[in-house]
Amino acid sequence: MSSEPKTLYDKIWAAHEVGRRADGNTLLYIDLQLLHEVTSPQAFEGLQLADRPLWRVDANLATPDHNVPTAGRELGFAGITDEIALEQVVTLDKNCKAFGVQQFEILDPRQGIVHVVGPEQGATMPGMTIVCGDSHTSTHGAFAALAQGIGTSEVEHVMATQCLVQNKAKNFAVNVTGALAQGVTAKDLVLAIIGRLGTAGATGHTIEYRGEAIRRLSMEGRMTLCNMSIEAGARAGLVAVDDTTIAYLHGRPFAPKGELWNKAENYWRTLVSDEGAVFDAAITIDASAVAPQVSWGTSPEMVAGIDETVPNPETMMDAVQAESTALALDYMDLQPGQRISDIAVSRVFIGSCTNARIEDLRAAAAQIRGGKVADHVTEALVVPGSGLVKAQAEAEGLAEQFMQAGFQWRSAGCSMCLGMNPDQLGEGEHCASTSNRNFEGRQGYGGRTHLVSPAMAAAAAIHGRFIDIRGLG
Amino acid sequence: MDAFVQLEGLVAPLDRANVDTDQIIPKQYLKSIKRTGFGDYLFDAWRFLDQGTMGMTPNERQINRQFSLNQPAFQGASILIARDNFGCGSSREHAVWALKEFGFRAVIAPSFADIFFGNCFKNGVLPITLPAAVIDDLFERVDAGLTLSIDLKTQRVTDGDQAHSFEIAPALKEKMLNGMDDIDLTLAEANLIRDFEVGHRQRQPWLFRD
Repeated sequence: MSSEPKTLYDKIWAAHEVGRRADGNTLLYIDLQLLHEVTSPQAFEGLQLADRPLWRVDANLATPDHNVPTAGRELGFAGITDEIALEQVVTLDKNCKAFGVQQFEILDPRQGIVHVVGPEQGATMPGMTIVCGDSHTSTHGAFAALAQGIGTSEVEHVMATQCLVQNKAKNFAVNVTGALAQGVTAKDLVLAIIGRLGTAGATGHTIEYRGEAIRRLSMEGRMTLCNMSIEAGARAGLVAVDDTTIAYLHGRPFAPKGELWNKAENYWRTLVSDEGAVFDAAITIDASAVAPQVSWGTSPEMVAGIDETVPNPETMMDAVQAESTALALDYMDLQPGQRISDIAVSRVFIGSCTNARIEDLRAAAAQIRGGKVADHVTEALVVPGSGLVKAQAEAEGLAEQFMQAGFQWRSAGCSMCLGMNPDQLGEGEHCASTSNRNFEGRQGYGGRTHLVSPAMAAAAAIHGRFIDIRGLG
Repeated sequence: MDAFVQLEGLVAPLDRANVDTDQIIPKQYLKSIKRTGFGDYLFDAWRFLDQGTMGMTPNERQINRQFSLNQPAFQGASILIARDNFGCGSSREHAVWALKEFGFRAVIAPSFADIFFGNCFKNGVLPITLPAAVIDDLFERVDAGLTLSIDLKTQRVTDGDQAHSFEIAPALKEKMLNGMDDIDLTLAEANLIRDFEVGHRQRQPWLFRD
């Protein structure tokens, strides 16, 4: 069959096109909708009010994550002291039961952050279209799945029709050559990419991460990378299927078995961009030049290498950028020219859909080296991404290492990434955080977030400030 | 959904780039299971000097008099002007619900983040993209009490004797003008979806668990 070379995004899109409307919009079929307690109640209510059924019950999977407490989990619902949060978690439970949706409920060992749970269960598969009322749905793109965050009205639309009405985005290639230095991770890479592209640099595009450095990344690393695509403005990020993808999926509970597995694998291996496929935009990054990154501002694009300094708004040519930088430095209480390695932290958060998988916890634990959390660090939280990650970390002895060093070992949830549960940053506190957003107040009212990798966060906990972990072995 | 045809209204400024949805409606207010009740908390950390919690009314709060939306000149505004990449970050539709409930029916900026932009059209709030130079000019004149008139049919924003035309996808325009329900529109194509599903199941049977 001769046809134009296609990008990976083009292929997944074409395989899900139900129809094209006269106005140019596509009716795009959705294979999986992930649900959590915050953005689904209004959608379920909408269905009930209109007396509409779920189009396909088996295409939905739910778990509470955003506002579940990470301490006292064994209490279940009774552990949620915030009545409004409790109502939301209970409402998810009721809705799942009423509509027959599979849910990993609060006491299920498989409960966790939706974007950790989906891949872990093998519910996320290559070539799928996946949606969730959460912008970090882009995480699942690591599996060559077209995964996008949507608003609650669209959640309801997918519930009722199994489709999204969408205009196709453009293709953006982020080529990453070479190899990351020791101590430099997918998190540093994606922060460096966002720093280069800017927070709106990929708006209207689907990013495909390509090149040697991406092929070397584990699935965990690829998830971290795709997770933050939205921070560069892209609704979705993708990585092509290779042996790493296939090996990760094999044997997962939701993955196909036997003959069906062989059939699926044959198809999945076609999920790569064709030679000669045309991208609308492209950048190339040399992985070997990426230093461990630390965000200094209030937008993920405001990042610098650990060996750099806080920028000076007065030397910026663009007036809006200078103003944004000045506002950010004021909020963060940082000085132009201040060395990144001189920023002290009093809180540490290791967790979130960006960095709460087993590999992240291993990398963080490796930085402890027999040390203790610094005296002026009042709290260092480790929040595994799922109950299963937690159990594995405990089996590997990581939990013990964290606790002995003075970290708190918690149960799975979104936790202080957005502070909807009791885990919140205090006013004026600087936090080394493995999460994805350093927006004003994101982790707690008046809190100051510095986005870093799990290894950098753990090292910051021990040293009380950011240090260059390259060469530490 | 509420239709949007024309709007004549007072303009309020928000002179910041990359305004994220965490600023538009902070997380502590996302715990509601309803679509309403968010207007009082719009731009909460900027409008108020104290830390708010769900259920508090503006009367109980410490008002930040410096913040544009609290200034007497902008009371009753229904059009917000902002800078690049408005609505970035989280997909929370609560951001649009809060803007609308507060009284905004249109937001004008040089660019918007994708998910926020889409969410506006589900709620009858019109996001309008105008060139940065035009927006600079609006910001310069907004303090004097600027009223704009927006006509979606002709795709024009009129400002005294000046008119600026804006682009909008025909499908979105039609939907806004008529206040159409997306789900009804799609369910009219239910047979098409069912037919697709049959083939999809044959091609990728592992995607179906039932």
